[in-house]
Amino acid sequence: MSAPAQAGPPDRYVYFPGCSLKGTGVAYEESLLTMFRKLDIGVDELEDWNCCGATSYMAISEGSAFALAARNLALAHRAGARELMAPCSACYLVLMKTLDYRKRYPSVDKSVREALDRAGLPATNGVRVRHPLEILYNDIGAARIKSKVVRGWTGGRLACYYGCQAVRPYSEVDDPHQPTRMEQLLNAIGVPTVDYTLRTKCCGGSLTGTIPTVGLRLNYELLKESVRNGAEAIVTICPLCQFNLDAYQGQIRADIWKALDVPVLYLTQVLGWMLGGEWRELGLNRSISGVSVLKRWFSAPKEKEAYV
Amino acid sequence: MPSSTEKLPAGAYNPPMPEAFPVVQGPVAVFTRAKDESVIRRRIRYQREADVSWTERVVSQPGCEGLYGCIQCGTCSASCPLAIYMDFTPRRIIQLVREGFHHDVLRSQTIWLCASCYACAVHCPQDIHITDVMYTLKREAIAANVAPKRFPIPVLAGVFYDMVRKHGRTSEFWVVLRLLLRTNPLGFFSMARTGIALLRTRRLSFVQDRIKARGELQALLPPAEEVH
Repeated sequence: MSAPAQAGPPDRYVYFPGCSLKGTGVAYEESLLTMFRKLDIGVDELEDWNCCGATSYMAISEGSAFALAARNLALAHRAGARELMAPCSACYLVLMKTLDYRKRYPSVDKSVREALDRAGLPATNGVRVRHPLEILYNDIGAARIKSKVVRGWTGGRLACYYGCQAVRPYSEVDDPHQPTRMEQLLNAIGVPTVDYTLRTKCCGGSLTGTIPTVGLRLNYELLKESVRNGAEAIVTICPLCQFNLDAYQGQIRADIWKALDVPVLYLTQVLGWMLGGEWRELGLNRSISGVSVLKRWFSAPKEKEAYV
Repeated sequence: MPSSTEKLPAGAYNPPMPEAFPVVQGPVAVFTRAKDESVIRRRIRYQREADVSWTERVVSQPGCEGLYGCIQCGTCSASCPLAIYMDFTPRRIIQLVREGFHHDVLRSQTIWLCASCYACAVHCPQDIHITDVMYTLKREAIAANVAPKRFPIPVLAGVFYDMVRKHGRTSEFWVVLRLLLRTNPLGFFSMARTGIALLRTRRLSFVQDRIKARGELQALLPPAEEVH
């Protein structure tokens, strides 16, 4: 469970925000940066990054989707980084898939190399892609996080929702069927979690926008099951999951279940709070659903006294 | 405001739990293309309508090489969160592809409903990358010009694609705006609740985000393929 103890974590990471963390998922970026600052680890944004070529783009042109992802990896390489942190699940998956496809299919590797050559970028395939959850679990470790915790948990039990793309085929984040690393980290610092059965079920991604009846229903099921499993909030690692569950909850309330009011947090917000981050710098003011709950949970004084 | 040591009453922050959770009466078919009901259609296909050379082309694409190993167990359909909305389940799509019935496959809603959650791919006992097969079929449908013109999912893909080619990044507001203009302008009203909530929390920007090195981007991407 603990991290390999021989070497400490690197003291800087280069990170690739992707479009979501600059838009509807801005609270993820705010809380991620705050959390790493509290852990005394520097995080630099990748200079002039471009869209990862996610789901929608891949449906039209696979070759150039890989080229787009490869440009970001090449930029990281040129900046001297050996690792690139991708907090968004869709970005993470596409970057990992690009590495995997370039290794397995010479034709893909050739076309990506040609594209990078045309753009005058290094044609390397050597940059490692990392996800914050995996960095927290492997590089930093629960023990080190625990030693920096300055707050007791004053909230209720959480349902850990991993979403789909962060843990699926090309991933090193966690087990694709039954991931538990979020629970392990949270329980280690005294945050109670529930056994959430739908932890890797898809939220539908952009379906809430394209075919609302289908998308809203998938999200309703996720919210309903979190309540049924005894959770008072959902904690997630994906900006699209958080967006769907949080922002569309008002619509689900209007259409399906009036009493529904579940806050949807990022893992980085919960950890950042325990490490001493404040309401605004963790982006907690950006939440739409369950705001009254959040205000009660996260207004506690900055003292080391445990509620649970 | 309760102090942090105060024991909170049990269930204080739980929404009141109803006796039974509401059951959603979902529509069976969410999107149906207009069909002339006076036309009588044959429900099966004949062997001569199949084209196995098309199958071979699909199977030669990266990610699709495992297709011939499918044992038709249906694990993909069972693990798919969207199978209940599909006209052909993933298992049936795979069999149709193997038999060469490209006409049905490329016109199906299934390939567009796939949200690429990869549940089928990690559950498949034969290790078939079903999600990548679906991507290949989406591209085949676009290449054959049979992707439904006003079905929102392919339209979203097209809007997204154009924006990335032009600016290097996407901005959610402009993607959604263009999507609605092309598919359902009245959709603005149904989106209003979510949109206002996002504006109130400053999570929606009207600024089109773009990268600096757009020349590099143009060099990187092959000349524009004609889409949608």
